[in-house]
Amino acid sequence: MVSKSSNKLEKSDKLIKLSLLMIALSAVSVLAIITIFIFEQGLPIMFKYGLKHFLLGQDWYPSEKSFGLLPMIIGSLMVTFGALIIGVPLGLASAIFLTEFSSRRVARFLKPVIELLAGIPSVVYGFIGLMFLVPFIREKFGGPGLSVLAASVILGIMILPTVISITIDSIRAVPDSYREGSIALGATKWQTVKMVVLPAARSGIIAGIILGMGRAIGETMAVIMVAGNAADIPGSLLAPVRTLTSNIALEMAYASGEHREALFATGVILFVIIMILNTVANMTSARQRKRGSGR
Amino acid sequence: MSKLRINPRTEQKIISYLLYFLTSIAIIVLIFILTVILKNGLPQLSLEFLTRNPADMGREGGILSTILATVFLTFIALLVATPLGVGTAIYLTEYTLEGRVTKIIRFGAECLAGIPSIIFGLFGFILFVNKLKFGWSILSGGLTLAFMILPTIIRTSEEAIKSVPPAYRLVSFSLGSTRWQTVTKVVLPSAIPGIVTGVILSIGRSIGETAAVIFTAGSALRMPTSIFSSSRTMAVHFYILAKEGVSMPKAYGTAAVLVISILVVNLLTYYLMEKYIKRKS
Repeated sequence: MVSKSSNKLEKSDKLIKLSLLMIALSAVSVLAIITIFIFEQGLPIMFKYGLKHFLLGQDWYPSEKSFGLLPMIIGSLMVTFGALIIGVPLGLASAIFLTEFSSRRVARFLKPVIELLAGIPSVVYGFIGLMFLVPFIREKFGGPGLSVLAASVILGIMILPTVISITIDSIRAVPDSYREGSIALGATKWQTVKMVVLPAARSGIIAGIILGMGRAIGETMAVIMVAGNAADIPGSLLAPVRTLTSNIALEMAYASGEHREALFATGVILFVIIMILNTVANMTSARQRKRGSGR
Repeated sequence: MSKLRINPRTEQKIISYLLYFLTSIAIIVLIFILTVILKNGLPQLSLEFLTRNPADMGREGGILSTILATVFLTFIALLVATPLGVGTAIYLTEYTLEGRVTKIIRFGAECLAGIPSIIFGLFGFILFVNKLKFGWSILSGGLTLAFMILPTIIRTSEEAIKSVPPAYRLVSFSLGSTRWQTVTKVVLPSAIPGIVTGVILSIGRSIGETAAVIFTAGSALRMPTSIFSSSRTMAVHFYILAKEGVSMPKAYGTAAVLVISILVVNLLTYYLMEKYIKRKS
Protein backbone atom coordinates (compact mmCIF):
# COMPACT_ATOMS: atom_id res chain seq x y z
CA MET A 1 0.00 0.00 0.00
CA VAL A 2 2.81 2.30 0.88
CA SER A 3 4.66 1.81 -2.41
CA LYS A 4 1.49 2.26 -4.45
CA SER A 5 0.64 5.59 -2.94
CA SER A 6 4.24 6.80 -3.11
CA ASN A 7 4.31 5.90 -6.81
CA LYS A 8 1.27 8.02 -7.38
CA LEU A 9 2.84 10.80 -5.40
CA GLU A 10 5.99 10.66 -7.50
CA LYS A 11 3.97 10.92 -10.68
CA SER A 12 2.09 13.93 -9.42
CA ASP A 13 5.39 15.40 -8.31
CA LYS A 14 6.60 15.32 -11.91
CA LEU A 15 3.42 17.03 -13.05
CA ILE A 16 3.91 19.65 -10.37
CA LYS A 17 7.47 20.23 -11.49
CA LEU A 18 6.32 20.79 -15.06
CA SER A 19 3.60 23.26 -14.04
CA LEU A 20 6.06 25.12 -11.84
CA LEU A 21 8.45 25.39 -14.78
CA MET A 22 5.68 26.92 -16.89
CA ILE A 23 4.93 29.41 -14.12
CA ALA A 24 8.62 30.15 -13.69
CA LEU A 25 8.90 31.09 -17.34
CA SER A 26 6.19 33.74 -16.89
CA ALA A 27 8.64 36.45 -15.88
CA VAL A 28 10.79 35.84 -18.95
CA SER A 29 7.72 35.75 -21.18
CA VAL A 30 6.44 39.03 -19.78
CA LEU A 31 9.85 40.58 -20.41
CA ALA A 32 9.82 39.27 -23.97
CA ILE A 33 6.31 40.55 -24.65
CA ILE A 34 7.13 44.00 -23.26
CA THR A 35 10.29 44.16 -25.36
CA ILE A 36 8.42 43.15 -28.51
CA PHE A 37 5.62 45.66 -28.04
CA ILE A 38 7.81 48.63 -27.13
CA PHE A 39 10.22 47.98 -30.00
CA GLU A 40 7.43 47.28 -32.48
CA GLN A 41 5.94 50.68 -31.69
CA GLY A 42 9.15 52.64 -31.37
CA LEU A 43 11.66 51.19 -33.83
CA PRO A 44 10.04 52.01 -37.21
CA ILE A 45 10.22 55.76 -36.64
CA MET A 46 13.79 55.47 -35.37
CA PHE A 47 14.83 53.83 -38.61
CA LYS A 48 12.81 56.28 -40.67
CA TYR A 49 14.61 59.34 -39.28
CA GLY A 50 17.84 57.57 -38.37
CA LEU A 51 19.29 56.59 -35.01
CA LYS A 52 21.58 59.60 -35.10
CA HIS A 53 18.62 61.95 -35.31
CA PHE A 54 17.18 60.51 -32.11
CA LEU A 55 20.33 59.93 -30.06
CA LEU A 56 22.32 63.03 -30.96
CA GLY A 57 19.64 65.51 -32.00
CA GLN A 58 19.29 68.36 -29.54
CA ASP A 59 15.92 69.66 -30.66
CA TRP A 60 12.66 68.14 -29.55
CA TYR A 61 9.88 69.72 -31.63
CA PRO A 62 7.53 66.84 -32.38
CA SER A 63 5.14 69.02 -34.39
CA GLU A 64 7.99 69.94 -36.76
CA LYS A 65 9.20 66.34 -37.05
CA SER A 66 12.29 67.02 -35.00
CA PHE A 67 12.79 64.27 -32.45
CA GLY A 68 16.18 64.90 -30.83
CA LEU A 69 16.37 63.06 -27.51
CA LEU A 70 19.90 64.01 -26.44
CA PRO A 71 18.71 66.57 -23.81
CA MET A 72 16.52 63.92 -22.18
CA ILE A 73 19.23 61.25 -22.28
CA ILE A 74 21.69 63.62 -20.61
CA GLY A 75 18.97 64.75 -18.20
CA SER A 76 18.19 61.20 -17.10
CA LEU A 77 21.86 60.38 -16.57
CA MET A 78 22.44 63.59 -14.59
CA VAL A 79 19.59 63.15 -12.13
CA THR A 80 20.34 59.45 -11.67
CA PHE A 81 23.99 60.17 -10.93
CA GLY A 82 22.97 62.95 -8.55
CA ALA A 83 20.55 60.61 -6.79
CA LEU A 84 23.29 58.03 -6.27
CA ILE A 85 25.68 60.63 -4.86
CA ILE A 86 23.08 61.56 -2.27
CA GLY A 87 21.32 58.27 -1.65
CA VAL A 88 24.10 55.68 -1.59
CA PRO A 89 26.35 57.15 1.17
CA LEU A 90 23.35 57.97 3.36
CA GLY A 91 21.80 54.57 2.71
CA LEU A 92 24.93 52.51 3.30
CA ALA A 93 25.84 54.51 6.41
CA SER A 94 22.36 54.05 7.87
CA ALA A 95 22.37 50.33 7.14
CA ILE A 96 25.81 49.79 8.68
CA PHE A 97 24.89 51.89 11.70
CA LEU A 98 21.63 50.05 12.30
CA THR A 99 23.10 46.59 11.94
CA GLU A 100 26.53 46.89 13.51
CA PHE A 101 26.81 50.03 15.62
CA SER A 102 23.46 50.87 17.20
CA SER A 103 21.96 49.17 20.18
CA ARG A 104 19.54 46.37 19.46
CA ARG A 105 16.62 48.44 20.73
CA VAL A 106 17.31 51.37 18.41
CA ALA A 107 17.67 49.06 15.42
CA ARG A 108 14.51 47.20 16.30
CA PHE A 109 12.63 50.49 16.29
CA LEU A 110 14.23 52.15 13.27
CA LYS A 111 14.33 49.31 10.76
CA PRO A 112 10.54 48.96 10.65
CA VAL A 113 10.25 52.76 10.48
CA ILE A 114 12.45 52.82 7.39
CA GLU A 115 10.64 49.91 5.81
CA LEU A 116 7.30 51.58 6.44
CA LEU A 117 8.61 54.66 4.71
CA ALA A 118 9.65 52.61 1.69
CA GLY A 119 5.95 52.41 0.93
CA ILE A 120 5.49 56.15 0.52
CA PRO A 121 4.40 56.66 -3.10
CA SER A 122 6.60 58.56 -5.50
CA VAL A 123 3.94 61.22 -6.13
CA VAL A 124 4.13 62.10 -2.44
CA TYR A 125 7.90 62.59 -2.65
CA GLY A 126 7.37 64.77 -5.72
CA PHE A 127 4.74 66.81 -3.92
CA ILE A 128 6.95 67.39 -0.88
CA GLY A 129 9.76 68.39 -3.22
CA LEU A 130 7.48 70.85 -4.98
CA MET A 131 6.21 72.41 -1.76
CA PHE A 132 9.49 72.63 0.21
CA LEU A 133 12.63 71.82 -1.75
CA VAL A 134 11.88 73.80 -4.92
CA PRO A 135 11.12 77.09 -3.10
CA PHE A 136 14.19 76.50 -0.88
CA ILE A 137 16.51 76.09 -3.88
CA ARG A 138 14.94 79.09 -5.61
CA GLU A 139 15.56 81.34 -2.60
CA LYS A 140 18.98 80.07 -1.52
CA PHE A 141 20.67 79.27 -4.81
CA GLY A 142 18.68 81.20 -7.40
CA GLY A 143 17.21 79.92 -10.65
CA PRO A 144 13.69 78.61 -11.05
CA GLY A 145 14.07 76.06 -8.26
CA LEU A 146 12.68 73.38 -10.55
CA SER A 147 16.06 71.91 -11.37
CA VAL A 148 18.56 69.09 -11.73
CA LEU A 149 19.45 69.65 -8.08
CA ALA A 150 15.86 69.34 -6.88
CA ALA A 151 15.30 66.18 -8.91
CA SER A 152 18.58 64.65 -7.68
CA VAL A 153 17.82 65.34 -4.03
CA ILE A 154 14.27 63.98 -4.25
CA LEU A 155 15.44 60.88 -6.11
CA GLY A 156 18.31 60.42 -3.64
CA ILE A 157 15.81 60.44 -0.77
CA MET A 158 13.47 58.14 -2.66
CA ILE A 159 16.08 55.45 -3.13
CA LEU A 160 17.11 55.59 0.56
CA PRO A 161 14.63 53.03 1.90
CA THR A 162 15.46 50.63 -0.94
CA VAL A 163 19.20 50.90 -0.40
CA ILE A 164 18.91 50.77 3.41
CA SER A 165 16.62 47.79 3.74
CA ILE A 166 18.38 45.64 1.15
CA THR A 167 21.79 46.46 2.63
CA ILE A 168 20.53 45.66 6.13
CA ASP A 169 19.22 42.32 4.94
CA SER A 170 22.47 41.38 3.25
CA ILE A 171 24.58 42.48 6.23
CA ARG A 172 22.36 40.48 8.57
CA ALA A 173 22.78 37.45 6.31
CA VAL A 174 26.51 37.39 7.07
CA PRO A 175 26.99 34.64 9.70
CA ASP A 176 27.90 35.85 13.20
CA SER A 177 30.84 33.45 13.25
CA TYR A 178 32.59 35.70 10.71
CA ARG A 179 32.31 38.64 13.10
CA GLU A 180 33.34 36.58 16.10
CA GLY A 181 36.39 35.31 14.23
CA SER A 182 37.44 38.82 13.33
CA ILE A 183 36.86 40.25 16.81
CA ALA A 184 38.75 37.32 18.31
CA LEU A 185 41.73 38.27 16.15
CA GLY A 186 41.72 41.66 17.85
CA ALA A 187 40.02 43.71 15.14
CA THR A 188 37.85 46.67 16.12
CA LYS A 189 34.21 46.73 15.22
CA TRP A 190 34.81 49.02 12.26
CA GLN A 191 37.71 46.89 11.00
CA THR A 192 35.45 43.88 11.22
CA VAL A 193 32.75 45.67 9.26
CA LYS A 194 35.17 47.02 6.67
CA MET A 195 37.21 43.89 6.11
CA VAL A 196 34.85 41.02 6.87
CA VAL A 197 31.17 41.95 6.91
CA LEU A 198 30.97 44.33 3.94
CA PRO A 199 32.99 42.10 1.57
CA ALA A 200 30.83 39.13 2.55
CA ALA A 201 27.64 41.13 2.01
CA ARG A 202 28.85 42.78 -1.18
CA SER A 203 26.60 41.12 -3.74
CA GLY A 204 23.50 42.01 -1.75
CA ILE A 205 24.66 45.59 -1.31
CA ILE A 206 25.34 45.94 -5.03
CA ALA A 207 21.90 44.54 -5.73
CA GLY A 208 20.45 47.21 -3.45
CA ILE A 209 22.33 50.01 -5.17
CA ILE A 210 21.33 48.75 -8.63
CA LEU A 211 17.71 48.53 -7.55
CA GLY A 212 17.95 52.08 -6.24
CA MET A 213 19.56 53.22 -9.48
CA GLY A 214 16.81 51.59 -11.49
CA ARG A 215 14.24 53.33 -9.34
CA ALA A 216 15.98 56.68 -9.91
CA ILE A 217 16.37 56.42 -13.69
CA GLY A 218 12.88 55.05 -14.14
CA GLU A 219 11.11 57.38 -11.74
CA THR A 220 8.56 59.52 -13.50
CA MET A 221 5.98 61.31 -11.40
CA ALA A 222 8.26 62.70 -8.68
CA VAL A 223 10.68 63.97 -11.31
CA ILE A 224 7.96 65.64 -13.38
CA MET A 225 6.87 67.61 -10.34
CA VAL A 226 10.28 69.04 -9.39
CA ALA A 227 12.46 69.02 -12.53
CA GLY A 228 10.93 71.83 -14.58
CA ASN A 229 10.79 69.66 -17.71
CA ALA A 230 12.37 72.04 -20.24
CA ALA A 231 13.61 69.96 -23.18
CA ASP A 232 17.09 71.53 -23.24
CA ILE A 233 20.44 70.22 -22.08
CA PRO A 234 20.77 71.65 -18.55
CA GLY A 235 23.60 74.17 -18.33
CA SER A 236 23.96 73.92 -14.55
CA LEU A 237 22.65 72.07 -11.53
CA LEU A 238 20.10 74.86 -11.07
CA ALA A 239 18.69 74.64 -14.60
CA PRO A 240 15.47 72.77 -15.32
CA VAL A 241 15.79 69.32 -16.82
CA ARG A 242 13.58 66.84 -18.64
CA THR A 243 14.22 63.13 -18.29
CA LEU A 244 13.33 60.34 -20.74
CA THR A 245 10.56 59.17 -18.42
CA SER A 246 8.96 62.57 -18.02
CA ASN A 247 9.18 63.12 -21.78
CA ILE A 248 6.88 60.13 -22.24
CA ALA A 249 4.51 60.92 -19.40
CA LEU A 250 4.13 64.61 -20.23
CA GLU A 251 3.09 64.13 -23.83
CA MET A 252 1.56 60.65 -24.00
CA ALA A 253 -1.91 61.90 -23.13
CA TYR A 254 -2.33 63.95 -26.29
CA ALA A 255 0.27 62.55 -28.71
CA SER A 256 -0.78 60.80 -31.90
CA GLY A 257 0.80 59.58 -35.14
CA GLU A 258 4.55 60.06 -35.42
CA HIS A 259 4.61 62.04 -32.17
CA ARG A 260 3.30 59.02 -30.27
CA GLU A 261 5.74 56.75 -32.10
CA ALA A 262 8.56 59.07 -31.08
CA LEU A 263 7.46 58.69 -27.45
CA PHE A 264 7.69 54.93 -27.85
CA ALA A 265 11.14 55.52 -29.34
CA THR A 266 11.94 57.37 -26.09
CA GLY A 267 10.75 54.24 -24.33
CA VAL A 268 13.06 52.12 -26.50
CA ILE A 269 16.09 54.20 -25.50
CA LEU A 270 15.12 54.11 -21.82
CA PHE A 271 14.63 50.38 -22.15
CA VAL A 272 18.05 49.85 -23.73
CA ILE A 273 19.80 51.93 -21.03
CA ILE A 274 18.03 49.91 -18.32
CA MET A 275 18.93 46.61 -19.99
CA ILE A 276 22.61 47.60 -20.20
CA LEU A 277 22.54 48.49 -16.49
CA ASN A 278 20.84 45.22 -15.62
CA THR A 279 23.32 43.16 -17.61
CA VAL A 280 26.26 44.87 -15.93
CA ALA A 281 24.66 44.34 -12.51
CA ASN A 282 23.90 40.75 -13.34
CA MET A 283 27.49 40.09 -14.38
CA THR A 284 28.87 41.70 -11.22
CA SER A 285 26.72 39.70 -8.89
CA ALA A 286 27.31 36.50 -10.90
CA ARG A 287 31.07 36.97 -10.54
CA GLN A 288 30.53 37.57 -6.84
CA ARG A 289 28.46 34.41 -6.50
CA LYS A 290 31.12 32.37 -8.24
CA ARG A 291 33.84 33.71 -5.99
CA GLY A 292 31.64 33.30 -2.92
CA SER A 293 30.81 29.66 -3.66
CA GLY A 294 34.41 28.63 -2.95
CA ARG A 295 34.02 29.02 0.77
CA MET B 1 53.15 51.18 14.34
CA SER B 2 53.25 52.95 11.02
CA LYS B 3 52.65 56.70 11.13
CA LEU B 4 50.45 56.67 8.03
CA ARG B 5 47.80 54.61 9.73
CA ILE B 6 45.19 56.07 12.01
CA ASN B 7 44.86 54.28 15.29
CA PRO B 8 42.08 51.72 14.75
CA ARG B 9 40.35 52.82 17.93
CA THR B 10 40.30 56.46 16.84
CA GLU B 11 39.11 55.41 13.41
CA GLN B 12 36.39 53.34 15.03
CA LYS B 13 35.25 56.35 17.05
CA ILE B 14 35.24 58.76 14.10
CA ILE B 15 33.37 56.30 11.94
CA SER B 16 30.70 55.60 14.50
CA TYR B 17 29.99 59.32 14.93
CA LEU B 18 29.89 59.76 11.16
CA LEU B 19 27.51 56.84 10.75
CA TYR B 20 25.34 58.16 13.57
CA PHE B 21 25.20 61.57 11.88
CA LEU B 22 24.37 60.24 8.41
CA THR B 23 21.73 57.90 9.78
CA SER B 24 20.09 60.80 11.63
CA ILE B 25 19.90 62.80 8.41
CA ALA B 26 18.26 59.92 6.57
CA ILE B 27 15.75 59.25 9.33
CA ILE B 28 14.94 62.93 9.89
CA VAL B 29 14.25 63.54 6.19
CA LEU B 30 11.98 60.52 5.96
CA ILE B 31 10.13 61.44 9.16
CA PHE B 32 9.77 65.03 7.93
CA ILE B 33 7.93 63.87 4.81
CA LEU B 34 5.54 61.79 6.85
CA THR B 35 4.92 64.59 9.35
CA VAL B 36 4.14 67.19 6.69
CA ILE B 37 1.63 64.93 4.96
CA LEU B 38 -0.11 63.91 8.17
CA LYS B 39 -0.10 67.39 9.72
CA ASN B 40 -1.70 68.99 6.69
CA GLY B 41 -3.76 66.00 5.63
CA LEU B 42 -5.34 64.75 8.84
CA PRO B 43 -7.46 67.92 9.42
CA GLN B 44 -9.01 67.29 5.98
CA LEU B 45 -10.15 63.81 6.88
CA SER B 46 -13.70 63.12 7.88
CA LEU B 47 -16.22 60.37 7.38
CA GLU B 48 -17.64 62.47 4.59
CA PHE B 49 -14.28 62.68 2.82
CA LEU B 50 -14.03 58.89 2.81
CA THR B 51 -17.62 58.09 1.89
CA ARG B 52 -18.47 60.66 -0.77
CA ASN B 53 -17.43 60.77 -4.38
CA PRO B 54 -15.35 63.63 -5.73
CA ALA B 55 -17.33 66.54 -7.17
CA ASP B 56 -16.34 69.49 -9.34
CA MET B 57 -13.14 67.80 -10.61
CA GLY B 58 -12.03 67.04 -7.06
CA ARG B 59 -12.52 70.52 -5.60
CA GLU B 60 -15.48 69.31 -3.56
CA GLY B 61 -16.65 66.06 -2.03
CA GLY B 62 -14.57 63.11 -0.99
CA ILE B 63 -12.53 60.35 -2.57
CA LEU B 64 -14.68 57.21 -2.27
CA SER B 65 -14.52 56.23 -5.95
CA THR B 66 -10.73 56.58 -6.02
CA ILE B 67 -10.37 54.41 -2.89
CA LEU B 68 -12.47 51.67 -4.47
CA ALA B 69 -10.58 51.91 -7.76
CA THR B 70 -7.28 51.50 -5.88
CA VAL B 71 -8.55 48.47 -3.97
CA PHE B 72 -9.88 46.71 -7.08
CA LEU B 73 -6.73 47.39 -9.08
CA THR B 74 -4.46 46.12 -6.31
CA PHE B 75 -6.62 43.07 -5.81
CA ILE B 76 -6.42 42.08 -9.48
CA ALA B 77 -2.67 42.66 -9.51
CA LEU B 78 -2.11 40.43 -6.45
CA LEU B 79 -4.49 37.77 -7.72
CA VAL B 80 -2.40 37.38 -10.86
CA ALA B 81 1.09 38.04 -9.54
CA THR B 82 1.19 36.14 -6.22
CA PRO B 83 0.71 32.60 -7.61
CA LEU B 84 3.07 33.32 -10.51
CA GLY B 85 5.72 34.82 -8.26
CA VAL B 86 5.65 32.23 -5.47
CA GLY B 87 5.47 29.42 -8.04
CA THR B 88 8.54 30.78 -9.81
CA ALA B 89 10.41 31.04 -6.53
CA ILE B 90 9.52 27.46 -5.58
CA TYR B 91 10.70 26.21 -8.95
CA LEU B 92 13.97 28.12 -8.76
CA THR B 93 14.85 27.04 -5.24
CA GLU B 94 13.34 23.59 -4.78
CA TYR B 95 12.79 21.95 -8.13
CA THR B 96 15.87 22.55 -10.15
CA LEU B 97 19.60 22.86 -9.94
CA GLU B 98 21.40 26.01 -10.98
CA GLY B 99 21.81 25.85 -14.73
CA ARG B 100 20.91 27.52 -17.97
CA VAL B 101 17.17 27.57 -17.28
CA THR B 102 17.48 29.17 -13.85
CA LYS B 103 19.93 31.68 -15.26
CA ILE B 104 17.46 32.74 -17.92
CA ILE B 105 14.59 32.93 -15.44
CA ARG B 106 16.63 34.95 -12.95
CA PHE B 107 17.87 37.26 -15.65
CA GLY B 108 14.29 37.77 -16.83
CA ALA B 109 13.07 38.57 -13.32
CA GLU B 110 15.97 40.89 -12.62
CA CYS B 111 15.48 42.80 -15.85
CA LEU B 112 11.75 43.03 -15.25
CA ALA B 113 12.46 44.51 -11.81
CA GLY B 114 14.55 47.24 -13.38
CA ILE B 115 12.01 48.26 -15.98
CA PRO B 116 10.55 51.68 -15.13
CA SER B 117 6.86 51.93 -14.39
CA ILE B 118 6.35 54.31 -17.31
CA ILE B 119 7.47 51.52 -19.68
CA PHE B 120 4.92 49.22 -18.08
CA GLY B 121 2.43 52.01 -18.68
CA LEU B 122 3.31 52.24 -22.39
CA PHE B 123 3.19 48.46 -22.70
CA GLY B 124 -0.13 48.12 -20.88
CA PHE B 125 -1.56 50.91 -23.01
CA ILE B 126 -0.62 49.16 -26.27
CA LEU B 127 -1.44 45.58 -25.23
CA PHE B 128 -4.41 45.80 -22.87
CA VAL B 129 -6.01 49.12 -23.76
CA ASN B 130 -5.48 49.04 -27.54
CA LYS B 131 -4.80 45.53 -28.88
CA LEU B 132 -6.94 43.49 -26.46
CA LYS B 133 -9.54 46.28 -26.43
CA PHE B 134 -10.01 46.31 -22.64
CA GLY B 135 -9.93 50.09 -22.93
CA TRP B 136 -8.86 52.29 -20.04
CA SER B 137 -10.10 50.03 -17.31
CA ILE B 138 -9.51 48.47 -13.92
CA LEU B 139 -8.63 45.23 -15.71
CA SER B 140 -5.96 46.86 -17.92
CA GLY B 141 -4.48 48.69 -14.92
CA GLY B 142 -4.58 45.62 -12.68
CA LEU B 143 -2.86 43.37 -15.22
CA THR B 144 -0.20 45.99 -15.89
CA LEU B 145 0.44 46.29 -12.15
CA ALA B 146 0.58 42.49 -11.83
CA PHE B 147 3.47 42.36 -14.30
CA MET B 148 5.14 45.20 -12.46
CA ILE B 149 5.05 43.61 -9.02
CA LEU B 150 5.88 40.09 -10.26
CA PRO B 151 9.68 40.46 -9.88
CA THR B 152 9.32 41.82 -6.32
CA ILE B 153 7.27 38.80 -5.32
CA ILE B 154 9.66 36.38 -7.05
CA ARG B 155 12.72 37.95 -5.45
CA THR B 156 11.39 38.15 -1.89
CA SER B 157 9.81 34.69 -2.04
CA GLU B 158 13.07 33.24 -3.32
CA GLU B 159 15.05 34.89 -0.54
CA ALA B 160 12.51 33.67 2.01
CA ILE B 161 12.57 30.09 0.73
CA LYS B 162 16.36 30.06 0.52
CA SER B 163 16.64 31.15 4.14
CA VAL B 164 14.83 28.01 5.33
CA PRO B 165 17.59 25.78 6.76
CA PRO B 166 18.44 22.77 4.55
CA ALA B 167 18.13 20.52 7.62
CA TYR B 168 14.34 21.04 7.58
CA ARG B 169 14.18 19.58 4.09
CA LEU B 170 16.50 16.69 4.92
CA VAL B 171 14.37 15.72 7.90
CA SER B 172 11.23 15.91 5.79
CA PHE B 173 12.76 13.76 3.03
CA SER B 174 14.08 11.27 5.54
CA LEU B 175 10.53 10.83 6.80
CA GLY B 176 9.57 9.75 3.29
CA SER B 177 7.91 12.94 2.04
CA THR B 178 7.93 13.82 -1.62
CA ARG B 179 9.37 17.11 -2.78
CA TRP B 180 5.93 18.73 -3.06
CA GLN B 181 4.97 17.62 0.44
CA THR B 182 8.24 19.01 1.72
CA VAL B 183 7.57 22.29 -0.07
CA THR B 184 3.99 22.72 1.09
CA LYS B 185 4.30 21.32 4.62
CA VAL B 186 7.80 22.35 5.64
CA VAL B 187 9.42 24.94 3.41
CA LEU B 188 6.50 27.27 2.67
CA PRO B 189 5.27 27.55 6.28
CA SER B 190 8.77 28.54 7.37
CA ALA B 191 9.13 30.96 4.48
CA ILE B 192 5.77 32.68 4.90
CA PRO B 193 6.96 35.80 6.75
CA GLY B 194 9.37 36.58 3.92
CA ILE B 195 6.81 35.85 1.23
CA VAL B 196 4.21 38.00 2.98
CA THR B 197 6.74 40.81 3.21
CA GLY B 198 7.13 40.70 -0.58
CA VAL B 199 3.38 40.68 -1.13
CA ILE B 200 2.97 43.63 1.23
CA LEU B 201 5.74 45.55 -0.48
CA SER B 202 3.84 44.94 -3.70
CA ILE B 203 0.58 46.17 -2.22
CA GLY B 204 2.35 49.37 -1.25
CA ARG B 205 3.76 49.71 -4.72
CA SER B 206 0.37 49.08 -6.32
CA ILE B 207 -1.44 51.57 -4.11
CA GLY B 208 1.12 54.29 -4.78
CA GLU B 209 1.77 53.64 -8.46
CA THR B 210 0.86 56.47 -10.80
CA ALA B 211 2.81 56.36 -14.06
CA ALA B 212 1.79 52.83 -15.05
CA VAL B 213 -1.81 53.32 -13.97
CA ILE B 214 -2.63 56.68 -15.51
CA PHE B 215 -2.20 55.31 -19.08
CA THR B 216 -3.92 51.97 -18.45
CA ALA B 217 -6.73 52.58 -15.97
CA GLY B 218 -7.36 56.12 -17.13
CA SER B 219 -8.34 59.00 -14.92
CA ALA B 220 -12.12 59.15 -15.15
CA LEU B 221 -13.65 60.45 -11.93
CA ARG B 222 -16.47 57.94 -11.85
CA MET B 223 -17.58 55.20 -9.56
CA PRO B 224 -16.15 51.95 -10.99
CA THR B 225 -19.04 49.65 -11.89
CA SER B 226 -17.17 46.72 -13.47
CA ILE B 227 -13.61 45.64 -14.18
CA PHE B 228 -14.03 47.31 -17.58
CA SER B 229 -14.79 50.77 -16.26
CA SER B 230 -12.16 53.45 -16.45
CA SER B 231 -11.33 54.85 -13.07
CA ARG B 232 -8.94 57.08 -11.21
CA THR B 233 -6.91 55.65 -8.33
CA MET B 234 -6.02 57.63 -5.21
CA ALA B 235 -2.45 58.16 -6.38
CA VAL B 236 -3.53 59.46 -9.80
CA HIS B 237 -6.17 61.65 -8.15
CA PHE B 238 -3.58 63.11 -5.79
CA TYR B 239 -1.16 63.70 -8.67
CA ILE B 240 -3.77 65.56 -10.71
CA LEU B 241 -4.95 67.62 -7.73
CA ALA B 242 -1.39 68.61 -6.78
CA LYS B 243 0.14 69.05 -10.23
CA GLU B 244 -2.68 71.08 -11.67
CA GLY B 245 -3.24 72.94 -8.41
CA VAL B 246 -6.92 71.97 -8.35
CA SER B 247 -7.20 71.97 -4.56
CA MET B 248 -4.34 71.77 -2.10
CA PRO B 249 -6.50 70.85 0.94
CA LYS B 250 -8.03 67.94 -0.99
CA ALA B 251 -4.59 66.97 -2.26
CA TYR B 252 -3.23 66.81 1.28
CA GLY B 253 -6.30 64.87 2.40
CA THR B 254 -5.87 62.33 -0.39
CA ALA B 255 -2.15 62.03 0.32
CA ALA B 256 -2.89 61.38 3.99
CA VAL B 257 -5.32 58.58 3.15
CA LEU B 258 -2.80 57.15 0.68
CA VAL B 259 0.05 57.24 3.17
CA ILE B 260 -2.03 56.02 6.12
CA SER B 261 -3.40 53.07 4.19
CA ILE B 262 0.12 52.08 3.18
CA LEU B 263 1.33 52.44 6.77
CA VAL B 264 -1.59 50.41 8.12
CA VAL B 265 -1.00 47.62 5.61
CA ASN B 266 2.70 47.54 6.46
CA LEU B 267 2.13 47.67 10.23
CA LEU B 268 -0.31 44.80 9.90
CA THR B 269 2.40 42.73 8.26
CA TYR B 270 4.80 43.49 11.06
CA TYR B 271 2.22 42.43 13.60
CA LEU B 272 1.54 39.20 11.73
CA MET B 273 5.21 38.46 11.31
CA GLU B 274 5.94 39.05 15.00
CA LYS B 275 3.09 36.79 15.95
CA TYR B 276 4.13 34.14 13.48
CA ILE B 277 7.76 34.16 14.50
CA LYS B 278 6.87 34.01 18.19
CA ARG B 279 4.59 31.05 17.61
CA LYS B 280 7.35 29.22 15.78
CA SER B 281 9.84 29.61 18.57
